[in-house]
Amino acid sequence: MKYMFSVFFVAAVLNNFVLTNFLGICPFLGVSRRKGPALAMSGAVLFVMVIASIFTWLIYHYLLQKYDLEFLMIPSFILVIGSLVQLIEIFMRRFAPRMYDVFGIYLPLITTNCAILGVTLININRAFNFHTALVYSLGAGAGFGLAMIIMAGIREHLEYVDLPRPLQDIPIALLVAGLLSMAFQGFAGTVALLK
Amino acid sequence: MRLQNFTKGLWTELPVLRVLLGFCPTLAVTNRAENGLVMGLATTFVLFFSCTLISIFKKLIPHRIRIPIFIVVIASFVTIVDYLLAAYYWEMHKVLGIYIPLIVVNCLILGRVEAFASKNPVGDSMLDALGMGVGFTLVLVVLGSIRELFGFGTIFSHQVIGKPYEPMVLMIIPPGALLSLGLLLGLMNLIRDRMEGRR
Repeated sequence: MKYMFSVFFVAAVLNNFVLTNFLGICPFLGVSRRKGPALAMSGAVLFVMVIASIFTWLIYHYLLQKYDLEFLMIPSFILVIGSLVQLIEIFMRRFAPRMYDVFGIYLPLITTNCAILGVTLININRAFNFHTALVYSLGAGAGFGLAMIIMAGIREHLEYVDLPRPLQDIPIALLVAGLLSMAFQGFAGTVALLK
Repeated sequence: MRLQNFTKGLWTELPVLRVLLGFCPTLAVTNRAENGLVMGLATTFVLFFSCTLISIFKKLIPHRIRIPIFIVVIASFVTIVDYLLAAYYWEMHKVLGIYIPLIVVNCLILGRVEAFASKNPVGDSMLDALGMGVGFTLVLVVLGSIRELFGFGTIFSHQVIGKPYEPMVLMIIPPGALLSLGLLLGLMNLIRDRMEGRR
């Protein structure tokens, strides 16, 4: 239990996916101008991340590894993620139209989100077992959401700041993210306390 | 074939700094100039061969399922690069880690394939891919050099700043990547504004 908690904590805070691993920077910069869309995007990412982790883990261990097809890992994972996103979109439109209204437009963007492919590859690279992979992907999604919401909160206020023109929008977002990342560095070493 | 297709990738449509694509690898692997160079070359390799192949077969690819086909082509070349690096440059393969497979989801590649290679002749597509690849590599090497210079006092592992220099650890850890890219992007916008203002 304690181990699972530290896995979650490492993925969400200590090695925050966006601010330390730089996975999912594109949506982090692109959709974090307002809190509402940022929250919806984070929800969609968390959802797809967990489902993609489950499927890719099973496919790698029960299909690719069994038949010595590990070299197909990259193409198969990205195809699985792409088709999963399509399936989720269809199911959501059919069974949860209200959820679709909120998350729908972000789903296609998620296929090429490096955070999703990143989490599935890390699950395999670090040889996580099934439960650890599940908790790790939950943590990664939560960490993505955390970074998105903090960032959106700051950027809503940045609109009222009189910035020099060359620094407006993306450059200042990167600088703010740099300061946030510095703050997250402060958690380094806390995982030793958890053990 | 027009040479302009090559040169636009070096300035007017310079990846990352002018066309805001491909941030993840730019931020993640540039703590040393050499890492940036290898990452840039790997991306160029994938970009060049994917664009060439897709440009050759563009008439055979059904329009409705073009994106999955593009992704499979890109993923196959990424697998080749992954195995090549593992075979011939194991240390770098370990350093770059999951960022090599993640070349698949570099929006720059899918963007060039979709916007250029699937609509233009083979020669132009090759030039376009090369230009974009070289531009991307250039950005990674510049950012990597800046961070390595301040973080280790070296560039490509050659001592540049003398021994008494206290290395700025901030520059080689993740916050340094975000701060230096943010400032570089701001500088780039300033230069662009000045050039447009003069005209």
